[in-house]
Amino acid sequence: MIVAEQKSLEEIKNLIADMEKVLVVGCGTCVTVCFAGGDKEAGILASSLRMSTKLDGSTKEVTHITVQRQCEWEYIDPIADQINDADIVLSIGCGIGVQAIAERYPETVVVPGLNTTFLGLPTEQGVWEERCAACGECILGITGGICPIARCAKQLLNGPCGGSQNGMCEINPDTPCAWQLIYDKLKSQDRLHLIMDVQPPKNWSSSRDGGPRKITREDLRLAVEDSE
Amino acid sequence: MNLTTDAPIQIVAFCCRYCAYAAADLAGVLRLTYPPDIRIVQIPCTGRLDTLEVLHALEFGADAVMVAGCLEGDCHFQRGNIEARTRVERIKEILSQIGLEAARVEMFNMSSAMGKQFAEAAQEFAERIASLGPSPLRDSTYEIKAEFEM
Repeated sequence: MIVAEQKSLEEIKNLIADMEKVLVVGCGTCVTVCFAGGDKEAGILASSLRMSTKLDGSTKEVTHITVQRQCEWEYIDPIADQINDADIVLSIGCGIGVQAIAERYPETVVVPGLNTTFLGLPTEQGVWEERCAACGECILGITGGICPIARCAKQLLNGPCGGSQNGMCEINPDTPCAWQLIYDKLKSQDRLHLIMDVQPPKNWSSSRDGGPRKITREDLRLAVEDSE
Repeated sequence: MNLTTDAPIQIVAFCCRYCAYAAADLAGVLRLTYPPDIRIVQIPCTGRLDTLEVLHALEFGADAVMVAGCLEGDCHFQRGNIEARTRVERIKEILSQIGLEAARVEMFNMSSAMGKQFAEAAQEFAERIASLGPSPLRDSTYEIKAEFEM
C-alpha cells in the first residue's frame, strides 16, 4: 500500500492561505489504512482548520468529503458539485489522488495535505515500513521474498556491504541489513544457491530512471467502433 | 469577543458506562453537588473515544472536554482506558497546533463506587477551566456555516 503522512497544520494553512471555501477530500483506500487521509482524518482536519482559522481571525468555510478511491475518474466524477463549489481543494489522498483531481478538474486549485512517502505495509499496528521500490524488474524470486532495492540502503544486488554489522545496516542501528535477511531466509529454506550467481549491474531503465512510466494493455482497452 | 461575564463554563464529559458514568450517577444519588454545566455523554468504554467528537465538542460551544474512564488495570474491556489516555495525549497535541490550550481536554480515572471523586474531579476541572477562561472560540456571533457529516 501507499504510505503517507499528514503535513503539519502550519504548512497546510499556508497552502490554503488566500482561499475562503476549502474542500478537504479524503480517500478510502491506502491513506485510510495508514490513518493519514481517511474520512476520520478528513473530518479532524476540517474541524481543526475551522477552529484554527477562527482563532487567527479569519474563519474559513471548510467542509470535507471522502471518496472510495481518489485515483480513478469514476470515483472522483460524482463529487463534481462539491469541488466546483469550493475555492480550493485540499486533497488528503496520496500524490496520485491529488493529481487525479487536478487533472480531472483543470480549473480547480488543488493542494496536497499529505506527504506521500513510500510503498510498504503495517508491520504492526501503528508502524509502517517500506517494502517495494517499484523498480519495474522484480527479483524477489531469487532473494527469498526480501527486496534489496527497497530494503538495502545501497540497493546492492550481490550480498551485503562491509557496513553490515550484527545483522544491522550501518545507516541506522534499527534497520536490518537486507542481505542478512535474504541470507538467513534462503539458508532456512535450503535455497542459498539462488544468490550464488553474480547479478550484473541493474538495468534501471524500467525504474524512475527511465522517466515517467506507462503501461498499456491493448486487450483491456475499450474497443473503438469503426467509423463510417 | 462579546461574552457576558456570567456565561457559565460549558464542559462535555465523555464517561465510560462501566465506571465513570456509574460514578457520576452515584454522585447524583448521593446528592453531591458539582458544576451544573457539565454535560455527560455515555460511551461504552473510553477506548471508544472519538477524536473527531472531542474536536466537534470544542468547535461547537464547549470550553473543555473531560474524559473519564475506569481505573488503569480495571478497564471493563481490558485496555480501552489505556488507549484512551494515548488518544487524549494526541488530542492535546492537535489542540496545541490549532491554537487552543492543551489543558482543555483531560483524562480522569475512577471506579464506579467513586461518586465523591467524580464530583470532586468535575469541580476541580471546572475551576481549572474557569481560570483558563472561556474558550477563545466562543463568540456570540459565531454561526455554524460549514456542513459536516459524522
